Amino acid sequence: MENYVIIGNGTAAVSCVEGIRSVDAESPITVISGENCPAYCRPLISYALEGKAKPENMNQRPADFYEKNGCKVLYGKKAVGIDPDKKTVTLDDGTRLPYTKLCVAAGSSPFVPPMTGLDTVEKKFSFMTLDDMLALDKAVTEDSRVLIVGAGLIGLKCAEGLADRIGSVTVCDLAPRVLSSILDEEGAALMQAKLEEHGMTFLLGDTADRFEKNRAVMKSGKTVDFDVLVLAVGVRANTSLIREIGGEVNRGIVADTHMRTSIPDIYAAGDCAEGYDSSLGANRVLAILPNARFQGECAGINMAGGDRTLDNAVPLNAIGFFGLHCLTAGSASEGSAVYEERGPGKIKKLYVKDGFLTGFALIGCEERAGIYTSLIRERIPLDSVDFELLKQLATTAAFSREERRSKFGGAV
Amino acid sequence: MKRIYVNEEWCLGCHLCEYNCAFANSGGTDMASALKGKPIFPRIHIEGDERVTYAVSCRHCSDPVCVKSCIAGALSHDGDGVIRIDRTRCVGCFTCVLVCPYGALAPSEDGVMQKCELCLRNASGEPACVRGCPNRAIVYEER
Repeated sequence: MENYVIIGNGTAAVSCVEGIRSVDAESPITVISGENCPAYCRPLISYALEGKAKPENMNQRPADFYEKNGCKVLYGKKAVGIDPDKKTVTLDDGTRLPYTKLCVAAGSSPFVPPMTGLDTVEKKFSFMTLDDMLALDKAVTEDSRVLIVGAGLIGLKCAEGLADRIGSVTVCDLAPRVLSSILDEEGAALMQAKLEEHGMTFLLGDTADRFEKNRAVMKSGKTVDFDVLVLAVGVRANTSLIREIGGEVNRGIVADTHMRTSIPDIYAAGDCAEGYDSSLGANRVLAILPNARFQGECAGINMAGGDRTLDNAVPLNAIGFFGLHCLTAGSASEGSAVYEERGPGKIKKLYVKDGFLTGFALIGCEERAGIYTSLIRERIPLDSVDFELLKQLATTAAFSREERRSKFGGAV
Repeated sequence: MKRIYVNEEWCLGCHLCEYNCAFANSGGTDMASALKGKPIFPRIHIEGDERVTYAVSCRHCSDPVCVKSCIAGALSHDGDGVIRIDRTRCVGCFTCVLVCPYGALAPSEDGVMQKCELCLRNASGEPACVRGCPNRAIVYEER
């Protein structure tokens, strides 16, 4: 009999429960949930802000999920320490929970760099949790001027969620372009133009240097007057629990392809973990929902004595604004050849290295993009497919007849 | 479970499956008034070139990457193995399109995603693409 403990209650945690239960139907599972609610679909918070998703319709799993899976959920509790010798987790109320197998699925936290005068700003928010969203929702009016610091995925989805319901949105970022973690200059410019069509103002290569109540003074000397401030500079993996006990930590908690950390019987999954990225050939934090699910399930199966390897995780991002969609996957590694195609409102870039597709960016041409993703995830050699055809079109017609038969001819 | 399979050597590339699919899911009772002169949004589509054609629809994978990747919990994999989409939860983010290795999901007319649900929820009651295929290139069977 095992005694499973999961720190966290997001996507990775829920998937870890399912992974455990696919192997072990009996042993107790305790889930430590910092947030006071069942797991919800975190990326939906911007859609909820926009009114396209309802908070009551954002739950990850049916209401009886935890009960059905024999989980005890400790809501509103925080793990503050792990004793790997005694095998206990200490909570913020002093309780010690014994474990035999532990999964750290503690997520990430907004990173707020020190900024002078931030304490003088009355209405300031992060945008990570349902509570953040509800607080922001309450704080804005149809006349609000909102300043968002950070033009990454979180900042821009927040901006989209607000755009049609408030006075104005200004977004600033120290990076010279929007979505700098996933797009090059050209792709970023196309997405930025779409956002500007909807009235957003951008201050790029510039960021807030100091705040004076409702005014931001930028590094460039420009000033922005605002009513509400959103801080979406970035996120940091929550690694401290493992760092404090000497476990291997880089940008995230280092995990192998079984999602084991460097400490026996402790696993890590989701945004706090640094697992293997096959498109890079190295570990990195892949803070995206699909990866949290793959990692959580993998960790759970292995915690329960099964054998699951996760060696095909790659970055995957689907982000769209006002109907213009941008799909990216994999890595644009150094020295890769690029196939490019452009049209009005459309960019396609395929990155090829050593005979494999390693990454792509598609804007405004998302049709059947998963076929490209499969070339990356399954490491399909490009000399086994008609890559000239694939450059034009994502189609399984580019595969050999035999390959197609195995894809379409049987149960998969 | 029974799934839809395509024998590409028999596919004529006639696109009738696309029309039968669009009609079965239109809720209409007359094909002409349901489809004539309108862009159609079928859940099956013909791919290929001058050498080969075949129809592609959801494979209803036993370990579905679309369900695991859906950011909205809109795609589900119930006990019967059929992968369904809850249109009221889908936000049209395209993550499923980004991950499906078969290219089997696409947006519907109103932007939320749609996929083959084997006609189990519409009036057809059995896959309309299969029933209407003139050369029996699309079949519905256990394999």
